Amino acid sequence: MSATPPVGHGLGAPNAAVGATPASRGVGPPLWLLLELTYRCPLHCVYCYNPTNFAHTGPELPTADWIRVLREARALGAVQLGLSGGEPLVREDLEPLVTEAHALGFYINLITSGVGMSEARMRALKAAGLDHIQLSFQDSTRELNDFLSSTRTFELKSRVAALIRQHGYPMVLNVVLHRLNIDHVGEILELAEAMGAEYVELANTQYYGWAWLNREHLLPSRAQLERAEGVTQRFRERLGNRMQIYFVVPDYFETRPKACMSGLGSVFLAVAPDGTAMPCHAARMLPGLDLPNVRDSDIRTIWYDSPAFNRFRGEAWMKEPCRSCPERGRDFGGCRCQAYLLTGDPDNADPVCDLSPHHALVTAAVARAEQAGSAAPAAARERPLVFRDHRVSIAVITGDPARGGAPARRA
Amino acid sequence: MSDIPGSARPAIAFGLRLQWEPAQEAHVLLYPEGMVKLNGSAGAIISRCDGVRTVAEIVADLERTYGLTGLSGDVIAFVALALDKRWLELRA
Repeated sequence: MSATPPVGHGLGAPNAAVGATPASRGVGPPLWLLLELTYRCPLHCVYCYNPTNFAHTGPELPTADWIRVLREARALGAVQLGLSGGEPLVREDLEPLVTEAHALGFYINLITSGVGMSEARMRALKAAGLDHIQLSFQDSTRELNDFLSSTRTFELKSRVAALIRQHGYPMVLNVVLHRLNIDHVGEILELAEAMGAEYVELANTQYYGWAWLNREHLLPSRAQLERAEGVTQRFRERLGNRMQIYFVVPDYFETRPKACMSGLGSVFLAVAPDGTAMPCHAARMLPGLDLPNVRDSDIRTIWYDSPAFNRFRGEAWMKEPCRSCPERGRDFGGCRCQAYLLTGDPDNADPVCDLSPHHALVTAAVARAEQAGSAAPAAARERPLVFRDHRVSIAVITGDPARGGAPARRA
Repeated sequence: MSDIPGSARPAIAFGLRLQWEPAQEAHVLLYPEGMVKLNGSAGAIISRCDGVRTVAEIVADLERTYGLTGLSGDVIAFVALALDKRWLELRA
């Protein structure tokens, strides 16, 4: 080992978690690889970030292509692997993919609803080298009501949670919060506690894909948010370290944008089911971004050389107020997809930032959510909630689906 | 931090994995959906935390390997930090 000896200058703080790697002069490796193995999913979540036109994408990559992607990305230095979808358990080759990823040295995270998990598959995934499972509560309103009241869903989740614990994994739950379920956060946390969850992420919806279509239904009021945070805090005080709860505030309520992906093309590489390589999971929506496909190019070429992955590297693409902003190195102008969805131009500042000339678009959405009390805002009543559904997705073909201009009705 | 005895046997905490990453030229600690890149000193210490060797043995090994003396304070300070961050746990 050629490490610097620990001499008297002290050890120094170990540096840089993955999510916080600063944009450096050179382009670093794609440390984080997310494989969206399939858009197929047994669920119909109204907040899904998958593209609304997913039914129009090409066929899923075969096993051999995924394995090639794993090898090429690992050779570049990718080390954290997310396996997601859709529901990744739908893929019958999940176990051999995990086996290969483990042999390559990835730390492997499975992001799943638990639907399709069995004792046999759990044992096989453990044997294959899976490192971590994140179990989600999927909860369109119908299903949330099922979930809170019906033993059927509760038993499925409890069974999978028990399997996760039995096989020596930490019990990590992810719950997406929105206007329709945020008032139940106490019940959700009680169930999490009953399931023996060690980590619970209460992640407020981010408005992309299906969630964007449903935004007027899903954005909570500030009062709802504060109540939910209060309930969460009381659980934290009661449970201490036994159950760690992370509460992710919706960025619409912030005045500075998130440092999305630590800057596009910095550490994160996602591959969609059809092989489209993306610098963030939602980047498919961005106009003029000619996304490469792993069927045509190797990962090295895609990561270092493709115009799409270089498009938002550095600062040359930025407009004012970002271009001269002293905080541009911290948040990279926020989220390109949010800038596009709200302003029509992905080079603009993320309108979540109160320095953005478009910030009023965000505050107006929040104001609409405020006015409505607990009932759905007027704008929402004009268009019903759209469930993520293959038939609906087929119908999302004209207009501009990413911006909600499509005929998004139940087909 | 003086309450970490030389006889303690630190080990990588449950659910974490330590590995050398050539692309980063560093040891990294991997955990669910996250990673810590360790500098050379931290990597040299933590790669010896196998739950078998005691802190005193790790200090002796480092001093021998690098031809240095007086590393005990640095090592104990790092082990304390790593325990606090739950990167390490102590084995009986």
